[in-house]
Amino acid sequence: MTAVWGNRQYRIWTGLLLLSVLLVVLAQHVPLFKSFPAWLVLDLSTWLNSVISALFETLRPLGMLLSTLAEMPLAGIRSLLAWAPWPATSLLVILVALYAGGLRLALFAAVALGMVVVMGYWPKAMNTLALVIISVPVAVSIGFALGALAHRLPKIRPAMIALLDVMQTWPAFGYLIPLLILFGFGPTAGLTASVIFSVPPMVRNTLVGLSDVPPAIVESALMAGARPRQLFWQAMVPTAMPQLLVGVNQTTMASLSMVIIIAIIGGFNDLGWEVLSAMRAAELGRSLGAGLVIVLIAVLLDRITRGFAERGGRAISGGVLRAGMVIALILAVLLSGYDLLPGDQAQRLLRRIDGWLLDFVAWSAPVFAVLRNAITYGVMLPMRIGFSGSASPMVWGFALTPAITAAYVLVAVALALILGRRKPMRGIVTGFAALLFWTGLPAFPWPGVFAVIGVATWQKGGAGLFALAMAGLGLAGLSGLWVPMMQSIYLAAVAVLICFVIGGALGVLAAENDRFSAILRPISDTLQTLPQFVFLIPALMLFKVGEFTALIAIALYAVVPPIRYVEHGLRNVRPDLVEAGVQMGATPWQLLWQVKLPLARSSVLLGLNQTIMAALSMLVIAALVGTRELGQQVYVALSKADAGAGLIAGAIITAIALISDRLLRRRVSN
Amino acid sequence: MASASSQIMLSCKNLWKVFGARPAYYFDTAGYQIDPDGLTARLRREGHIPAVVDASFDVKRGEIFVIMGLSGSGKSTLVRCLSRLLDIEHGTMEFDGQDLAKISGPDLIEIRRRKMGMVFQSFGLMPHLTALENIAFPLKLQGVARPEREARAREMLELVELGNRGDALPSQLSGGQQQRVGIARSLSTNPDLWFLDEPFSALDPLIRRQMQDEFLRLQSQLKKTIVFITHDIMEACRLADRIALMRGGKIIQLGTPAEILLQPVDDYVSDFTAEVALTRAIRVRDLARPALGDLPEGPVVPPAAPIEVILPALASGQRQFRVEGDDSLVLDATSVLEVLKRDARHGLGPEGGRG
Ligand SMILES: Nc1ncnc2c1ncn2[C@@H]1O[C@H](COP(=O)(O)OP(=O)(O)O)[C@@H](O)[C@H]1O
Ligand SMILES: [Mg+2]
Repeated sequence: MTAVWGNRQYRIWTGLLLLSVLLVVLAQHVPLFKSFPAWLVLDLSTWLNSVISALFETLRPLGMLLSTLAEMPLAGIRSLLAWAPWPATSLLVILVALYAGGLRLALFAAVALGMVVVMGYWPKAMNTLALVIISVPVAVSIGFALGALAHRLPKIRPAMIALLDVMQTWPAFGYLIPLLILFGFGPTAGLTASVIFSVPPMVRNTLVGLSDVPPAIVESALMAGARPRQLFWQAMVPTAMPQLLVGVNQTTMASLSMVIIIAIIGGFNDLGWEVLSAMRAAELGRSLGAGLVIVLIAVLLDRITRGFAERGGRAISGGVLRAGMVIALILAVLLSGYDLLPGDQAQRLLRRIDGWLLDFVAWSAPVFAVLRNAITYGVMLPMRIGFSGSASPMVWGFALTPAITAAYVLVAVALALILGRRKPMRGIVTGFAALLFWTGLPAFPWPGVFAVIGVATWQKGGAGLFALAMAGLGLAGLSGLWVPMMQSIYLAAVAVLICFVIGGALGVLAAENDRFSAILRPISDTLQTLPQFVFLIPALMLFKVGEFTALIAIALYAVVPPIRYVEHGLRNVRPDLVEAGVQMGATPWQLLWQVKLPLARSSVLLGLNQTIMAALSMLVIAALVGTRELGQQVYVALSKADAGAGLIAGAIITAIALISDRLLRRRVSN
Repeated sequence: MASASSQIMLSCKNLWKVFGARPAYYFDTAGYQIDPDGLTARLRREGHIPAVVDASFDVKRGEIFVIMGLSGSGKSTLVRCLSRLLDIEHGTMEFDGQDLAKISGPDLIEIRRRKMGMVFQSFGLMPHLTALENIAFPLKLQGVARPEREARAREMLELVELGNRGDALPSQLSGGQQQRVGIARSLSTNPDLWFLDEPFSALDPLIRRQMQDEFLRLQSQLKKTIVFITHDIMEACRLADRIALMRGGKIIQLGTPAEILLQPVDDYVSDFTAEVALTRAIRVRDLARPALGDLPEGPVVPPAAPIEVILPALASGQRQFRVEGDDSLVLDATSVLEVLKRDARHGLGPEGGRG
């Protein structure tokens, strides 16, 4: 390892650094190095569009058939849920909650459902639920089948896992248009997107569950004379069941998240649509109300499915559950036909809240303005337009004189040399950081991006990853999306930075303090179960449309992984090593920075990876509140029904996600 | 010889099992004689693990055949070859007149359902099934109706003295109880050949001892043919009719416990057995000789008792002992003194082993 990471390594990266410096200097005078040359840009999306429409038009009959098949049960469930009076449906859900999670969960279910009714969201909530009820079984079945297949055929596992990564990172908005072309206008396209997005966790958990079945169980079943099918269904699947149920839980939550996002297609009168239209109309009260209902339903679904996964249900006997179901059914028949839903007082109240909320926002604006200005001028602008751009009278209040430039170069070089004296890699990293901070991320010369990413991917992941990186960057350049791509990287980077500073600090506190950890955990749990869409609501409320608002929404969504992984890593540092540190007389601060954090490194890196994934997946959602990057391109393509453009922008986001994931992941083998 | 061969339930000749990239390559010998030591060295050199090397032995009907060796010596691999959970690279296995190595598919399943049972070190119980359902599981796979298979499972539960824990899930049982369930499960189909792979190694020493007694009691009732794996020489000596001692995949000595203890073939074996207090491991019948001339005199001792039981009488000057159930045998004090001297050499007093 040391031999590989030896001198040659330093020489390569120092060379890259010098090349980048040269490019930055040259870019001042040679436009070719500054922005991706326009004459290289091809009209890829038009070409792609013609292919897609030709292909999908021929597939149309099949699509129509599938959509009929999907929409019949959907219509059935939808009308069933619409017919069933809310007391009956609620009773049923409360019983299931009681069975899965005990009295506390049942109580929570009762309160949550009561609030949904009182707030006047019952019919919309039932429409959302109908979509989930259709999409979850499909996703679970497909996921289970794919997981079992991958377990059976180890050879296809790498391909399968790559496919899952793509499915999870390719923004759904990016392929909604082709789906709409294929399936026609209606819920099937959205359901398909939801299934695509929620299949991967089921596959992963199935694979893990089946692979973790103890060999002794397999062998004992074989010795009992099990046939292959008996071995699978009677020994392996039941043994893997807890893990499979974790998969069901994750699939359900992913499905709910996506079902709400795809409301953007419209026409289903569900909760997602409610939030979206309220946000579009700038009705804060209504969007907050609908957001709250989504949160309640998400938490309820999560706790119920998790109850099954963790304890296999059984808080009450199956008999009681069945009896309750019969009562619910009788109740439904008796009460059907009566209009039991409350009037629209609550809705009117929510509208009234608008005024109060506006007052609150106006009143609190100065406080948030400080935050906004601090982050905009302190972090966002420097990372976007760099020191060279920020050092202007308009931004930082001083101009970029040659003296200041010289001072910057001097400080940067000195810093790089000092830091690099003992550990050359630190100096090189400092050099790159100084350079990036000079130009700003989006304006970094594009050949430099190619070179740096090319070398990094080649070294870390070999030819495959290198090819993926070059294809992604090339696609961005050729399709004219170079600048949006760099903007995406910049926005995600700022969000990750903020998340890591705040989340990391919270994680450290939680690791040191049990009380704080106990308070933080349910909050993290809840944040992680919430559909992505929900995070837009508070951000939009406090900060109006714009890139900063998008940043806040992304950060809210992506702040949980650093908290989790930092705490987990610190808590799992080997206690004997900590004791050794204490024994040597380390102060708590030294203990943290010199013993615990270095030892927790792999967990922290994993957290960083998860944070990046979360931030990237939130980009497209955040585009709804106004950004200037790839997510916006995806969103615009969706509203213009430009299938090709959406696919291309989506593909670039996926490539970014896959590459950063593979770069950060620990090297599996040499 | 026909009667002698029908005394043999399982006959193995020159078994090989190799882990690695392409084990089959090394056994494509088409008529060439395999040189075991040469091939083993070559396999190791070329990145393969020879886990079973040229193993030949017969297991007689009704005996307890113990395979013993240190961890990693290939015991589990060997027993998995016998139960066909692994396929051998080379050699022949004859089970009850059939060529076991060639059987596959439905026939193999049928053999496992009717003729073989196996107990695992880590129990291998289905976590979602109760003790009773676990025991009934093999019968369920065969399609035996519920009342019938549960009746049989209850019988088995009684046999392993767990009658009242039938409804418990494995997670609610102690290790010893779980292994009783494992034993009951492996016996529920009434197999002829019973494999036990370190069944008691995961248990506490006290429980282990108790389970060994249980096991001997069961065997005296059931009279199965048993292949028993252990790494514990004391356990092997207590249970075995014959022991095969393995090292690096090879069987380096095969014989009765007394033969292994008293006539080790090499230093490795004698080092291996050095810790054993012979007065405990050697049994009266191992030292008893046909009486010459007069009928023997002296106290009567059971043949299966360890010789430590006669030490008090020996100390008080008794020179001869009679063997229970066979008047023609005699146990002479001189042979016992030989054993005592050997123990004394190893620092093992008659009070028992070190540690
Ligand atoms: N599935 C396997 N793949 C590769 N090597 C194995 C496998 N199973 C066992 N081995 C190797 O074979 C040797 C014998 O293992 P095993 O039969 O489990 O020994 P024992 O049961 O005596 O402890 C060991 O070196 C072990 O590492
Ligand atoms: Mg073993």
